[in-house]
Amino acid sequence: MALNVADYRSNVFVDWCPGCGDYGILAALQMALAELQLPPHRVAVFSGIGCHAKTPHFVNTYGVHTLHGRTLPFAVGAKLANPELEVIAVGGDGDGLGIGVGHFVNTGRRNVDIIYLIHDNGVYGLTKGQASPTLKFGLKTKSLPKPNINDAVNPIALALTSGYTFIARGYAYDVSHLKEMIKRGIEHRGLALVVVLQPCPTYNNINTKEWYRGEDRADPATGKPRSRLYKLEETGYDPKVHSQETDMSKTISALKKAREWGDKIPIGVFYQNEAVPTYDERISMRIPHYREKPPAKQKICNEAGAPTTDLTALFDELRVT
Amino acid sequence: MGRHDFAWMIGGPQGSGVDSAANIFARACCYGGLHVYGEREYHSNIKGLHSYFHVRVSKREVRSRVDFVDLLCTFDAESVVRHVWEVSPNGGIICDEAVSSTKISDIQTLTPPFLEEFQKIMEKKKVEAETVGDLLNAAKKSGVHVYAIQYMDLIKDLAEQIGEPKLSKLTRMINVLSLGISFGLLDYDKAMVKKAISTIFADKPRVIDMNMMALDNAYEYVNQNLGGGFDDQRLETVQTDEKRILVSGFQAVALGKLLGGCRVQTYYPITPAADESVHLEAHEIFKLVPEVSGGEEKGSIVVMQAEDEIAAINMASGAALAGARAATSTSGPGFSLMVEGLGWAGMNEVPVVVNYYQRGAPSTGLPTRHGQDDLRFVIHASHGEFPRIVLASGDIEECFYDAVRTFNYAEKYQMPAIHLTDKALANTTRSYKIFDTSRAKLERGQLLFQIENTEQYKRFKFTKSGISPRIPLGTPDAVFWNTGDEHDEFGHISEEPQNRTRMMEKRMKKLEIADREIPIEERVNFFGEPDAQATIVSWGSPKGAILDAMEKLSQEGWKVNFLQIRMIHPFPKEYVSKVLSRAEKRIVVEMNYSAQLASIVREQTGLVLENYVLKFNGHPMSSDELFDAIKLILTEKASERQVLTRGS
Repeated sequence: MALNVADYRSNVFVDWCPGCGDYGILAALQMALAELQLPPHRVAVFSGIGCHAKTPHFVNTYGVHTLHGRTLPFAVGAKLANPELEVIAVGGDGDGLGIGVGHFVNTGRRNVDIIYLIHDNGVYGLTKGQASPTLKFGLKTKSLPKPNINDAVNPIALALTSGYTFIARGYAYDVSHLKEMIKRGIEHRGLALVVVLQPCPTYNNINTKEWYRGEDRADPATGKPRSRLYKLEETGYDPKVHSQETDMSKTISALKKAREWGDKIPIGVFYQNEAVPTYDERISMRIPHYREKPPAKQKICNEAGAPTTDLTALFDELRVT
Repeated sequence: MGRHDFAWMIGGPQGSGVDSAANIFARACCYGGLHVYGEREYHSNIKGLHSYFHVRVSKREVRSRVDFVDLLCTFDAESVVRHVWEVSPNGGIICDEAVSSTKISDIQTLTPPFLEEFQKIMEKKKVEAETVGDLLNAAKKSGVHVYAIQYMDLIKDLAEQIGEPKLSKLTRMINVLSLGISFGLLDYDKAMVKKAISTIFADKPRVIDMNMMALDNAYEYVNQNLGGGFDDQRLETVQTDEKRILVSGFQAVALGKLLGGCRVQTYYPITPAADESVHLEAHEIFKLVPEVSGGEEKGSIVVMQAEDEIAAINMASGAALAGARAATSTSGPGFSLMVEGLGWAGMNEVPVVVNYYQRGAPSTGLPTRHGQDDLRFVIHASHGEFPRIVLASGDIEECFYDAVRTFNYAEKYQMPAIHLTDKALANTTRSYKIFDTSRAKLERGQLLFQIENTEQYKRFKFTKSGISPRIPLGTPDAVFWNTGDEHDEFGHISEEPQNRTRMMEKRMKKLEIADREIPIEERVNFFGEPDAQATIVSWGSPKGAILDAMEKLSQEGWKVNFLQIRMIHPFPKEYVSKVLSRAEKRIVVEMNYSAQLASIVREQTGLVLENYVLKFNGHPMSSDELFDAIKLILTEKASERQVLTRGS
């Protein structure tokens, strides 16, 4: 029987603020899972700490709400033990790009076949609106006593230089586009990043829904707002690395796109390279039976508790008489 | 007179082959049916600073180090200066003839604190020495044999034989030359040494050839120049039919973990824990017993070097959630970073295992030296209250069996479990009868791989024991949730006060169950007769020194027994109370400043341990100094708190 979106909804009350971008991200995720017809038991959603982190509780799949900034290590550990799991890591901008940025970079080095969704709203919502690592320098959102003294990290550029092999951006209020990004990220063989721009109606009074929609810069002729967001795919931009020789030029184009901000903010897929071996492929090169008998699927003892491991050869190396 | 009880030491700059020479020495002795106990000491440095290996050889099992050296084997000036006073009165020193003229003040790697201490000893011994030669003369006067070797000539000879014009390429053979001189003096069976060289350099045939030549030359040199050998004493081989291994603590842990079903290991490089992970990675594919595995021939472990210890423990927890037996291995500074993850595992009842090798602390402390400073830390680490198991091994053999059990406890009681060892165990090499793998039994507790009933699965279902049936991520017909927040039975966030109370009780209850169920034999060892003049209480690696000191005490007619506490948490309080309430004198022996075990005993049993024997200078206890300290207590001459200070 086909699965539908409702099958991916848990019965937990969703307690985000009214108008929060998280609703759009949750809906897009559930729609993506339904369209991919992924059985709920095969999916594990991991989160960190913050508003985003409640996501797994609202999704009717395995859900692991971890520690601040530590989404990726937990997610990678589970995937390592059982590569058949469809692992979805969700993180916040403070969570993943502040306290957890070491994991962001180092997970890129491994090209683990999982998807990582970053909720990017520029503020630490759950602690009442402090500046997150993606808030631009000099901005003063409403609960900041002084303008932001730090510059912003650019997650797309950082992902490009860290080894992510699928890098995309979506917008929380463009659910169907975001759903496509998530679907493509899940289907990608390798580590996928989807950064989701998301207004925080409670604490970010600068990058609001109205700001993204461009209400402050209406077309003088028509009076209609001109959205700051545009879709890369509508401009003929091709993110795919079709051959390794073009990797450099693709990376540079993606980097240029990653630096666009202000009145022209691209969403869509920035970069995709499927030629890089995934972590499970790398392990399989060393341990040929890895995919067939990953750690979680190995029998370690029989019913009487006798261990399956035979240490004879290991003892032989140490034998002296 | 033949002997088979002997203490040998080799010292030299790090990177000069001290380790490999010691390894050859130990193996060669083992091949001759002897038992060895080798303690490795080294600086936190890659090349140049002083390191040494102290090896005890005996026909019986050796359990600890002693303070003396029968034969000190050196090839640099510093090793002579550092260890000259440790050589036993009729012992010997092998040194390079060329070091005699070296001024002690010119040895740049001797530090001011060392020189200050050295000066004091010289004054006490009424020795005046400007050069190494002066020191050697002083040693000679006290009866020590000094064998000044023309190493350079030996190297030149070797160069000629091999046809290598560059002498510098052969200077690294000096370690084997000094080893050969040692064995030559002891007139030890050369075939055993050759066998050791062939085994250790099995994949380097040219190195084997060169080492063999150097060995022959060294034996020949002894014959020609040092006639009579070492005090007319031979090191004799003995016959044995026992199957033995020569094993270090880190290897024993690694092997125990493989046997225990560990299939994911994460780590971040740190001394002295990293050796274990490297050993596991080198053996990532291993054989299975087909009769047990159902025909499957090969198993494997994935060893992941994480970006930091925070990632390491959380990756291991992720893997454990997916159903694999997973562990991480670390030392104090790494564990400090892991504590938040430990709390998460406690809250979510994840059976993650931490193999914790203590070293001198706090902070970076003594990165390559020994300590038992972290007992209080591991039983309390992380904020809040949650159950955990802490198991401390006393020797290398226990490291092996305890490594298996730690996983059993973790899975049965669904909580993080810490296997506590230390630098002394990690880096000590000891010969043992081959470990008995048939003693290992794996228990996975309430781990299910499929859901049978149709009601919605509750990961944290309230049960009488507090233990809920556990399924791995990915199990069909079910889902569950985890969160570091307080949660309901499904794993969803709940701040309701009634639920909070029940959940706290559920988690903590498991510790009571563990305390009740785990057999006392797995939690304590008791040595000696029930009636004794004193009872020693200790944990971890002082075990060997305690047993050896007890033996010496009993030879003098003293009756001392020993309670070794292996499971620190949950604490076996009834048993400990019973033993200690009938003890005449209670002595705690441990390697930290504040007698942490004594305070735990007091907390758990209300009993006071009146005598403290402590050591925290970075060097393991020797059975000699412990013997002296216990004797002072027995003869009522000791202060309440004795601090041991030996070690070089």
